[in-house]
Amino acid sequence: MSAKYKTESLKCWDKSKEIRLDYYKNYAKAHEKGGLRWAGGAWSFDAIPSGLGDDVYPLTGEPYAASVAWNKDLALRCHEAVEKAGYARDLCSYMRNYWGSIILNEYAFGGEFPMPDFIWQDHICCSHAKWYQVARDLEGGDVPYYAMDVSVGPYDELTENRLEYVVGQMHDGIEWLEKVTGRKYDDEKLIQAVHNHCRSESLWAETCALNKAVPAPLDEKTMYSLYVHGTLHKSSRIVADFYEELRDEVKDRVERGIAAIANERCRVMTDTQPPWAFLKVFRYLEKFGCVSIGSLYTFGLIGMWDIQEDGTWGPRKTPQELGIKIKDRDQALHVLAEWELKKPEWQHFYSPDHKSDMMLRIAKEWKLDGIMLHYNRGCEGLSLGIAENRLALKEAGFPVMIFEGNMGDEREFDEAQTITRIDAFMESLNFEKIKD
Amino acid sequence: MMEKFKEWYEQRHAYAKEWKKKTGGKVVGYFCTYVPEEILYAADVLPVRILGSHEPQDVTEPHIFGMFCPFCRDCLAQGLQGRYDYLDGVMIAQSCLHIRQAYTSWKMHIPVDFSYYLPMPNNVQSKRALPYLTGELETFKEAVEKWTGKKISDEDLNKGIEAMNTSRQLTRDLYELRKQDNPPLTGLEAMYAVVASQMVDKRDYNAALQEILQKLPQRQIENGSKVRLMILGSENDDTEFVDMVESLGAMLVVDDHCTGSRYFWNQVNTNGNLLEAIASRYVERVPCPSKDWPERTRIEHILKLAKDWNVQGAIVIQQKFCDPHEIDIPSIIESLKSNGVPAQFLELDVTVPVGQFKTRVEAFLEMLSEEDLF
Repeated sequence: MSAKYKTESLKCWDKSKEIRLDYYKNYAKAHEKGGLRWAGGAWSFDAIPSGLGDDVYPLTGEPYAASVAWNKDLALRCHEAVEKAGYARDLCSYMRNYWGSIILNEYAFGGEFPMPDFIWQDHICCSHAKWYQVARDLEGGDVPYYAMDVSVGPYDELTENRLEYVVGQMHDGIEWLEKVTGRKYDDEKLIQAVHNHCRSESLWAETCALNKAVPAPLDEKTMYSLYVHGTLHKSSRIVADFYEELRDEVKDRVERGIAAIANERCRVMTDTQPPWAFLKVFRYLEKFGCVSIGSLYTFGLIGMWDIQEDGTWGPRKTPQELGIKIKDRDQALHVLAEWELKKPEWQHFYSPDHKSDMMLRIAKEWKLDGIMLHYNRGCEGLSLGIAENRLALKEAGFPVMIFEGNMGDEREFDEAQTITRIDAFMESLNFEKIKD
Repeated sequence: MMEKFKEWYEQRHAYAKEWKKKTGGKVVGYFCTYVPEEILYAADVLPVRILGSHEPQDVTEPHIFGMFCPFCRDCLAQGLQGRYDYLDGVMIAQSCLHIRQAYTSWKMHIPVDFSYYLPMPNNVQSKRALPYLTGELETFKEAVEKWTGKKISDEDLNKGIEAMNTSRQLTRDLYELRKQDNPPLTGLEAMYAVVASQMVDKRDYNAALQEILQKLPQRQIENGSKVRLMILGSENDDTEFVDMVESLGAMLVVDDHCTGSRYFWNQVNTNGNLLEAIASRYVERVPCPSKDWPERTRIEHILKLAKDWNVQGAIVIQQKFCDPHEIDIPSIIESLKSNGVPAQFLELDVTVPVGQFKTRVEAFLEMLSEEDLF
């Protein structure tokens, strides 16, 4: 069958890979240049340690652990090491990959596991702050550790009391950073980092919004390699600038009708992290002319959204775009906290209906034929309420397929069963495999 | 003597319905012991803790993914099966993600007049937690006032604090008796007392316990030669399991459970602003592991319990899939062992495999007895 749409590789693909590899190398080699290393979650406020200087490098746990998961041999050895140390195998699989790397003293990007100089974490999922409590123990027990709580309820119920609780912890965190590093804090660097943070998250949302186009310019498998920058170091200029370049390229693809897959005729979205060792299931979907245009996970883990004038979902305007000039530390922290508390993937922690509403919006605006929910045994945080999301989506009339698996532990993913389920789902949507 | 608590526990629904009939008051079901019951008592509302029934069920599968703990599914099942049809409201104070799902699904599928999500701080070790929670309690108080149509005065708050503090003190007194070489009550009886206190009007509970505490010192039961154990871990009101352990030549003398000592250990100290005093109690209480970070403060508390109650071993028990406890358990077991307290780990599901657990507990007790011999 001849191709329905023209496709072409992303021009910025190699640059994306380069930025990611540099990130992991820079962290490992930070001490060689007299710099500092910190570890923490992908949702931690990475803009704040930026005030310590330009030579301060993060290692965020979730994307690191996803890289471990992709390496099946290393992931298995990590899991076994963690189980041998007495931890349950049903715990967060990212956390277990990360702990395993410490126990084995093996860095997924080569060499020994580089210990952080301090830990900088936030907490909304039960496992977040506990993750680094154990990591600190495994690292010898004396790595300074700061964690802050951001679980203050949904954004539409945000009050001054709730905002001040988060901002107060941020202020305390800066004092703590100065104390444990012996460095003087630079508020100007913080302000710049806050701008970059907001710019990165708004640009990523804008890029995802471009995927409303038919044909979709991006498929979700590709998006996984792109959204990751926002989980690595969203407050860095490198990431914000890269997202601008990406947005421009995707916009150009839409204008020229360039598709992610040549025979798009069916559009779905997924939910939660994918089973990283089995991304080939997305390639299998292509046999049916099916593209996964993304998910609330890929859109909302780092993308910041707002309702636009026409009532549709699009990027949230950054403080700069709104003409807000940040003058000092306190204002920077207020802007950062208020911005981040609107994160789409933080809302469902308080009730599944917040997530169902956003998923339904995506299903309608991105013109979906069906939804594939990954019941992810590896992540209690993002699987929270997923069964209620399924009910809400079905009630709204969208066909829903579920498949059970684990983002980071391949022992809990049944590839053959998932493929069979996809076959049945496609059949129910009246799509057959496209003949070559 | 202690049968009243067992009766209340087993007849929890009949008690609440009767209470409503008698008082004409409202009943709120709550999902976590971080709920500030003081404010509900101040509003003449009866708070009852929603617990499971330890029976297999198939009604929660469409609502909660099976990787979440059996306890949260068991709790939701009670609501879906209509067993709490007398509730006027439900609420939760933020703790773990698992039980939160029981609350959110309940709110979505079982109509009630009033529902409330109290965003209890998780970072209780931060100096910011107290002013934050004080503000949240003010908002909660206003929501209760709006719902009941009754203003809550300081006098009302003092009444609520008094009911709760008296209950806490009396239950501490009950636990003190368990320090004796030959305690006058079993671990099962103590468990019934604490879980009953979560289900009945504290004034009824306090009156009953006061009377029992007068008589208990004279009570003689054959406990003296039994192995003294503590039990700790996630939610546990599995009376069948406790009964089985105590039938094997052991007695449970103390615990660290939210259905046990963690529920009543700390008092509200009424100095100054009453809401701040209540907030202070919940920020400083013995924490659930979901809030015990960045430092693990609970281990020190557990070790002190083990020492003060002179235990010979510990049963560490956990609801399957309970992440916060699962993460803490290796450190707790290591700390217990390094302080001379052998520990036996067991994992609970909705129903307990009594036969299998019996074999494991017997082996543990044999091991403890051998240590005594040599």
